[in-house]
Amino acid sequence: MSDPVTALSNAVAEGPVRVAETGPHGMITLRGDLSSDAVAAAVQSATGVAVPEVRRLSSAGDRSILWMSPDEAMILVPRAEVAQIVTALTQALGTAHALVADMSDARARFRLTGEDAHLREVMVRLAPVDMDRFETGEIRRTRLAQIPVALWMPEPGAIELICFRSVAKYAFDVLTVAASSARVFAE
Amino acid sequence: MSTRLNTGGHRIDRSAPVTFSFNGKTLKGYRGDTLASALLANDQMMLGRSFKYHRPRGLVASGAEEPNALLGVGEDGRFEPNQRATTQEVFNGLVSTSQNHWPSLEFDIGEINSKLSRFFPAGFYYKTFMWPRSFWKHVFEPVIRQSAGLGKAPQDADADTYEHYYHFCDVLVIGGGIAGLAAALAAASGGAKVTLLEQGPMLGGRTLVDEDPALAAEIAGMVATLQAMENVRILTRCMGAGVYDHGYVLGYERLTDHLDAKDGPRHRLWRIRAGQVVTATGAIERPLSFAGNDVPGVMLASAVRDYLVDYGVSVGDRTVVVTNNDDAYLTAIKLVEAGLTVPAILDAREGGAGALGTLAEAKGIRVLKGHGIAKVKGRKRVTGVAVCRQTGEGAVTEEIACDAVAMSGGWSPVVHLWSHCGGKLLWDTDQAMFRPDATRPPRGSDGEAFVRVAGIANGVMDLDAVLDDAVAQGLAAAQAVGQAGTTPADLPALTARDDRPTEPVWLMPASAKRDLRAKAWLDYQNDVKVTDVQLAAQEGYESVEHAKRYTTLGMATDQGKLSNINGLAILSGALDTPIPQVGTTTFRPPYTPISMGSIAGEARGETFQPLRRTPMHAWHEANGAVFEPVGHWRRPYTYLRAGEDKHAAVEREIIQTRNALGLLDASTLGKLIVKGPDAGRFMDMMYTNMMSNLKPGKCRYGLMCSENGFLMDDGVVAKWDEDTYLCHTTTGGADRIHAHMEEWLQTEWWDWDVWVVNATEQYGQIAVVGPQARTVLEKLGATGVSNEDFPFMTFQDHVLAGIQARVYRISFSGELSYEIAVPAGQALALWQALLDAGAEFNVMPYGTEALHVMRAEKGFIMIGDETDGTVIPQDLGLNWAISKKKEDFIGKRAQLRDDMARPDRWKLVGLETLNGSTLPDGAYAVAAGTNANGQRNVEGRVTSTYHSPTLRRGIAMGLVLNGPDRMGETIQFNKVDGTTIPTKIVDPVFYDKEGTKNV
Repeated sequence: MSDPVTALSNAVAEGPVRVAETGPHGMITLRGDLSSDAVAAAVQSATGVAVPEVRRLSSAGDRSILWMSPDEAMILVPRAEVAQIVTALTQALGTAHALVADMSDARARFRLTGEDAHLREVMVRLAPVDMDRFETGEIRRTRLAQIPVALWMPEPGAIELICFRSVAKYAFDVLTVAASSARVFAE
Repeated sequence: MSTRLNTGGHRIDRSAPVTFSFNGKTLKGYRGDTLASALLANDQMMLGRSFKYHRPRGLVASGAEEPNALLGVGEDGRFEPNQRATTQEVFNGLVSTSQNHWPSLEFDIGEINSKLSRFFPAGFYYKTFMWPRSFWKHVFEPVIRQSAGLGKAPQDADADTYEHYYHFCDVLVIGGGIAGLAAALAAASGGAKVTLLEQGPMLGGRTLVDEDPALAAEIAGMVATLQAMENVRILTRCMGAGVYDHGYVLGYERLTDHLDAKDGPRHRLWRIRAGQVVTATGAIERPLSFAGNDVPGVMLASAVRDYLVDYGVSVGDRTVVVTNNDDAYLTAIKLVEAGLTVPAILDAREGGAGALGTLAEAKGIRVLKGHGIAKVKGRKRVTGVAVCRQTGEGAVTEEIACDAVAMSGGWSPVVHLWSHCGGKLLWDTDQAMFRPDATRPPRGSDGEAFVRVAGIANGVMDLDAVLDDAVAQGLAAAQAVGQAGTTPADLPALTARDDRPTEPVWLMPASAKRDLRAKAWLDYQNDVKVTDVQLAAQEGYESVEHAKRYTTLGMATDQGKLSNINGLAILSGALDTPIPQVGTTTFRPPYTPISMGSIAGEARGETFQPLRRTPMHAWHEANGAVFEPVGHWRRPYTYLRAGEDKHAAVEREIIQTRNALGLLDASTLGKLIVKGPDAGRFMDMMYTNMMSNLKPGKCRYGLMCSENGFLMDDGVVAKWDEDTYLCHTTTGGADRIHAHMEEWLQTEWWDWDVWVVNATEQYGQIAVVGPQARTVLEKLGATGVSNEDFPFMTFQDHVLAGIQARVYRISFSGELSYEIAVPAGQALALWQALLDAGAEFNVMPYGTEALHVMRAEKGFIMIGDETDGTVIPQDLGLNWAISKKKEDFIGKRAQLRDDMARPDRWKLVGLETLNGSTLPDGAYAVAAGTNANGQRNVEGRVTSTYHSPTLRRGIAMGLVLNGPDRMGETIQFNKVDGTTIPTKIVDPVFYDKEGTKNV
């Protein structure tokens, strides 16, 4: 038996904005019509979390669901719960047309922490997102320099970000470069 | 001479001296100087040689429009050519050099070109070098490369870093002059998020030079008000470089170019989304076209004024002012007020100037109305001017000694940013200028204007009206983004000057003879003269765009900021067509060149490009892997051991795998999960063969074609359960085939119940290959994996080394082979376990080259080798994989076309050279005779060729005319040395035809 490892072995870059690879996490991809009652009910019953609104995430305890597209959601759970939730969700969906897949290893996840305004300035070095107006609870699928990512702010002063596992090092490197830049609009 | 005066210069800090160098000479300036003002203060008037004729050239302007003063700045990793001296601020240790001369700035061999100018007319490259053809490569090009051109390219890697910055605002104001400040105040007054960009280091613009010095305090007040507003951000040294669709604007900020210490990013590229854009970019003064207008010491009148007021530098002791408008009188007045001499103002207008004229005469300045310059005297420096009547042919009425000439041909609004995204211009006859046509603006997705122009850039030349216009544009912009504001209080009270109108003067004197016109420069940087444009018109270049390309007018790094209007006015005259009908050339971003580094941003070194790494990548690196790029992945080509070359390593890996056991990191293969009630139907459309009848637990090789019938991808499909399939794609095809599937599902078959997930990166996949593969699986805990219990082309779930795995018994090598998929986070652990368990069989990892050779030995095709976008499966003898039962699949109909069905398409065969050598990659089989182009006819080509260590000879596959019908025939493949290689057509399966090994 071997425990799963993350792409970068939980690398960390310390600084005013701290960049850390986290995990392993549980990440379950659900493809299905998020506006359908059957899908919504199954998700709620299997995870205890409501289907999120467009471009937002919903959370309950240590579980969250990210809105990825009108027909795709990413369910974030503790790693140990993945198998059980995949089974429960598949059962709850019954004959509803949906695809549930354990994608826990397909992505790398990062957590950036620091002074909230500084954090936002780090992100705009790399992602075409209006971070001044970005709220906690929002999710954005966007571009981090040259790779696709999804990012959200679980609370002020923290950004969570996922990308494909194969480009984890690139993500960490560009985040570290951006995190080392001086602030532009410091008060 | 030009020198620093004892007083004046509000931009410089006389308490902060700065030391820099020019062509090796150490010079002194002050903090706040530009390189241009500091050089002038040191009497360095001549700064370079011109592009074509190598004429001595000096400063013409004081800002971004400068065409001549292009210098090499910096050294080694910080050297950059073609930097404008007028926008480069000095700092301690700045090193600058002049360009485009040999052997020296003072003495330049190339100046002979000037004497030969009759032999270098417009279009001379086209005319001269057409014949004989070989002369171009061997004679003309080397000579021209040596003598033409501007700065030299840097030799070292850039020592600086750069960054991008995405920014969003409601209203973006470009230009920090008084109009920009007023527009920003108005736009921000209702709460809109406003960002203001100013290309220079200081806000306030020309007002600080031209108007009552008391206004400086009022401008400082406006700036302070803006700075105090939370919704306003001001960026100086940040040029608005380009305006694009949907309110996208590039800002180019220079962070360290002016600093002694170069810490942090050098440039920051602002990638801005603005709801509305207000450009308040002012205007650029036009030169006048008279003979010798390029002699060092001839400058724009506004530049002379700028150097005096901004930097306390006098361009000359005696300055003749020549103009067609009132504005240049200001220069004369300010020079005289500074104690310098103005021998005369030559005003081309018979009526002279308004109030400023009266003031000038009151100060004792001699004004010659209706006069102009016939010719400038001097070569490396102005020594005087020959005066003539403007209306005549240039008969000299008197000569005036002077060491500087301040010229003004009127002002052209800076309409570049307005025009970048489609804003149109109109010709304002009264003011003799192109200005923005507000009825034809750049429009956003809603069909409404998203760019507005404020102040002088809008053709509003009177100072009192400038503020009104700027406030109106700022308010309109705020209104357009739903943040209506109010007219700001406390704007400075400005009064209009009582100017007489500018009179267009496109040539001085109006009827100048050829010898004068041939020395009247339009485009300084590309050395285009009045006669060149007239010649272009005479030779039939009626379109301004054609004339531009023929003469190179406006094609230099300054993009014709000074030359365009004068040039097209000359063209207009030569064609006898009004200026608006001639039109302008296109304004394209960036406004002035921006650094390559700023465009690259963080994309350099380790972060140049995202490299994709498999879970085993670090192991590969640590174990001798030589990588090759496959898409953005880096896959091991082979693993080198001590003393081996790549060839030997590949052979070792193949022999080991065929004889015992090899491992391949196959994680990069695409893995797409397809699920739903309609998944079978969908699979039957995607693949050429039948997939829907596959039983759960089974695998099948499949082909995918494009709509045009061409083979685009292949791979093994596994049926996971009744309505779920896993599609393996090629490494390079994963994203493309995923997109292909989604496109069909979202556009054509939107009502089919199918979901697709790209699970490529969820799994690490390891191929365990060779006679000992089964034994190793058993050692790791698999049971029931005999050939009967776990047959070829099936899959099973097993726990291997404690890791939950899905094992596919599939083979791309002809050997007994299992591809094991495990969660990516456990793939390295399985890889290690396989290495440990296989140690007794001398297990080795093998790379992509061994993979390629082994598949070729078995006659398996490779997408990208046997296919190139023009090959259909039938060409490859894959008819068995094309269903005849299915009603339809993507590509089916295309494959019925005559060209696809014709019998003489080249078809796949195996190739064996008679002498056992390896055919060159891409070699063609030659046939008798020649084609219409006189080229040798061909009858086939090599698609894959390798040395087979198993068979100890060269093997190849190729597409050959009627190939399958010509088994045993010998044909000839060409080599680059002209000889051919006799080669026998054989079956493409070279190794283990009976399949005895895969049991």
